[in-house]
Amino acid sequence: MKIAVCLRRTPDTTAKIVIAAGGTSIDETGVKFVPNPYDEYAIEAAIALKEKAGAGETVVVALGADSVQETLRTALAMGIDRAVHLQGNASADGLENARALADHVRGGGYDLVLFGKLAVDDYGQQTGAMVAELLELPCATAITMLEIADGRATVEREVEGGVEQATCALPAVFTCDKGLNNPRLPSLKGIMAARKKPFDIAPVTVAAGAVTVASLVLPPERAAGRIVGEGAAAVPALMQLLVSDAKVI
Amino acid sequence: MANVLAVLEVRNGALRKGSAELLAAARRLADASGGTVDALVCSTGAVNTDTLGAAGADRVLSASHADFANYCPDGTVATVASVSAQYRAIVVSASATGKDLAPRIAARINAPCAMDVTSVDLSGDTIRVVRPVYAGKALQTVDLRGSTVIAVRPGAYAGLGAGKAGANVSITVPPFTKRLDVTGIRTANTGLLDVAEARVVISGGRGLGDPKHFVLLEELAAAFGGEAAVGASRAVVDAGWAEHGAQVGQTGKTVAPELYIAVGISGAIQHLAGMRTAKVIVAINRDKDAPIFKVADYGIVGDLFEVVPALTAAVKQVKAH
Amino acid sequence: MAGSAEYTGVDFYDMDGLLSEEERAVRDTVRAWVDEHLMPVIGECYIEGKFPKQLIPGMAELGLFGANLPEEYGCAGLNNVAYGLIMQELERGDSGIRSFASVQGALVMYPIFSFGSDQQKKHWLPRLASGQEIGCFGLTEPDFGSNPSGMITTARETADGWLLNGVKMWITNGSQATVAIIWAKTGDVNDASSIRGFIVPASTPGYTGKDQKGKLSLRASDTSEIHLADVRLPKDAILPKSAGIKSPLMCLTQARYGIAWGGVGAAMACYDEARRYALNRIMFGKPIGQTQIQQERLADMLTEITKAQLLALQLGRLKDQGKATPARVSLAKRNNVSMACDIAREARRLLGANGILIEYHSMRHLANLESVYTYEGTHDMHSLILGQEITGLAAY
Repeated sequence: MKIAVCLRRTPDTTAKIVIAAGGTSIDETGVKFVPNPYDEYAIEAAIALKEKAGAGETVVVALGADSVQETLRTALAMGIDRAVHLQGNASADGLENARALADHVRGGGYDLVLFGKLAVDDYGQQTGAMVAELLELPCATAITMLEIADGRATVEREVEGGVEQATCALPAVFTCDKGLNNPRLPSLKGIMAARKKPFDIAPVTVAAGAVTVASLVLPPERAAGRIVGEGAAAVPALMQLLVSDAKVI
Repeated sequence: MANVLAVLEVRNGALRKGSAELLAAARRLADASGGTVDALVCSTGAVNTDTLGAAGADRVLSASHADFANYCPDGTVATVASVSAQYRAIVVSASATGKDLAPRIAARINAPCAMDVTSVDLSGDTIRVVRPVYAGKALQTVDLRGSTVIAVRPGAYAGLGAGKAGANVSITVPPFTKRLDVTGIRTANTGLLDVAEARVVISGGRGLGDPKHFVLLEELAAAFGGEAAVGASRAVVDAGWAEHGAQVGQTGKTVAPELYIAVGISGAIQHLAGMRTAKVIVAINRDKDAPIFKVADYGIVGDLFEVVPALTAAVKQVKAH
Repeated sequence: MAGSAEYTGVDFYDMDGLLSEEERAVRDTVRAWVDEHLMPVIGECYIEGKFPKQLIPGMAELGLFGANLPEEYGCAGLNNVAYGLIMQELERGDSGIRSFASVQGALVMYPIFSFGSDQQKKHWLPRLASGQEIGCFGLTEPDFGSNPSGMITTARETADGWLLNGVKMWITNGSQATVAIIWAKTGDVNDASSIRGFIVPASTPGYTGKDQKGKLSLRASDTSEIHLADVRLPKDAILPKSAGIKSPLMCLTQARYGIAWGGVGAAMACYDEARRYALNRIMFGKPIGQTQIQQERLADMLTEITKAQLLALQLGRLKDQGKATPARVSLAKRNNVSMACDIAREARRLLGANGILIEYHSMRHLANLESVYTYEGTHDMHSLILGQEITGLAAY
């Protein structure tokens, strides 16, 4: 079982967002960066599948500036075998990033290529499915269950009002959602071992593509609300507001 | 002139909710330049599409195939690609299915893709969209050049009245390789609406004290008569009190209902990220200092075990009239 | 509600910039573990007065025991700064959990590593690192706390081994330990140079551990009395390289080093809680954080924490260079724990009435820190150690 995990570096989800000068990106000063939380489900799935198979290789791949190397080492500390840094600036156009990743994964002999379902910075939600399309591989997005048997995968994914079930042959591309597994923490020994694992750096040039970020702004603050009252006695007043003022009931 | 293709969703032989909203968004884009809107319906053949003209479709393209009994991404992508050259933009609903489909189409037809779009405009060669990023903590405006695939967030556009002909056209499904085989949909345990789809969302947090008290919220949801869903905070999902499909917030679902009622939820920033775009937010919490009251339009400070049943009774009474 | 937003530490002077990537990774992994596994249960454990035993396998799996000892013994082989950061993060959760890890690593694994035979090291260290064996450290006695040289526990050589008799008190992990490092005099009770260490399996007949009841501090920690009544040990139970009172004192220097970091962790937890509360608690129509008195409190806290962080870090760098003298360790333990006590108290006060509830953490830390202030060399003893360092004159 040879598995690639494509990884992103994102601000910690608790980070306060401040817009940088220029108005198209966030100010990274003092922001803590972490592996994209959804990618951790992909990493865990890769490690667990290899452990179960008893053999194989897990590889983590990331496209971006040098800062992503620390994120790659976190994946190595969790238990991934090898890292590849596709060194270059990612595009605002997800399709161009998908091309760079697909070019690297193609011919790598992978049984599985895993992604997080989205990155918690740009919420692009497209790279995984695009890589699958470019590689002409089966794909399911936002999976919450994955079973591999006899060269086939069975997956589940949440859709509105239910859980969709699907199967496909390997090799395949999946993007991973919360619920798939419970990602492990890197152990202290893992952190020390990460330094000694193979780490390749391959420069890439990503085309600009057809997308430009025009602006990034903070959402308008909600108008300050009000306390209607205390306890069950306040329910009639609340109902009055919901029915007559807000007209939502 | 921007002609727009709206790819509609079908489940169990019927169009999904949100079809009219998607056509409204498509219409807005097309009307900006005198373009037309086509609705594409991929099914096994027997879907009632009579309402689509009234919702704004100039034409309804019906693509029938035996593999379209369930969602069939590979066949749908092939069908869209076979007609895509006629369109400036292809729009889908930013549902679980639409978000699965959009990037596949984009990669197939070599077009950029924008997800979770809340506003869309055409200006010259450029389609300009606005979309929440950083879990709703910021709004990004993006310009897309050339043919474009856009997933429009549910709730972003209300259905328009401007009716069109909705002329029926059958199109041929080109040959495709079915790489992924969707075998069916298992209905989630709740039987209630999904939080991402419901007009009213009632979410519970740690303040409920025990998973069994979710029944209070289910009763309130039931009082709304099939338009409400029950959600949960991350804390209680992590504690195993609720399924993760019900989780509202940064690592769960982002919801934009008309009415959001937060019960016993303190309002961690990750939770607020998932519901701050609700039209009206009501908070019920014992702690008057809880951060949830800062975003709530209306708050009641008090014991949820008294307030929620009283609210349930009041909603029932209003609905009965 | 307390702890509703995730803890992200306190770093006013860009301490992160002084840490290596591995050191930060270690800190983050332990912080995440504390958030996920310790914080949800610590309140209940504290109220019920029980150590969260169920966490031991997870702690071992992460590699928290003896993390600064070499990899050949199943340990993580971290430097001393990374080790210190582990202690900081554990004590951010609770001093009792940090105490557990301190004892296992610095007071049980360290003496076996430093004074043990190759055979003892190979046998015990991997078992202790994996949590398969739980250790405790028996030095203090009912009548000999700050003056351990006066101990009256004895180890008499017999034809086939050793015979131990005595009582040890205030022993962390004493009841749940499967093995104890017991310090005893092999010669005359007035001869401190005859003190030696012994590895005593808790299953040895004559050994009993008894929980000390009625604690108002470190309630989530096991504190016990150990009775040694004609405990017979084989010849190879002695730690061959232990020699005199300086051997257990070397262990204490290790543990005190970790405590200097631990105090920072507890203080950071209290400051973080106080800061959040000050912003959310509305009184007289505005957040209490907008009042001068609470701002001064918070300013003092942040200042003291920042100083303590820099102290602990430089001590760690010195330790990695072999320059962390006992007096330097004393200074950091004395300052940082005293600082943490003060901050916990001020945080508790800032929290008002809510501050006495277990849902909030500052009062639990405050109660714990009173023990930490007193153990591993009382604050006063460290004053005397520093006094002696400064003047060359012993005042004890």
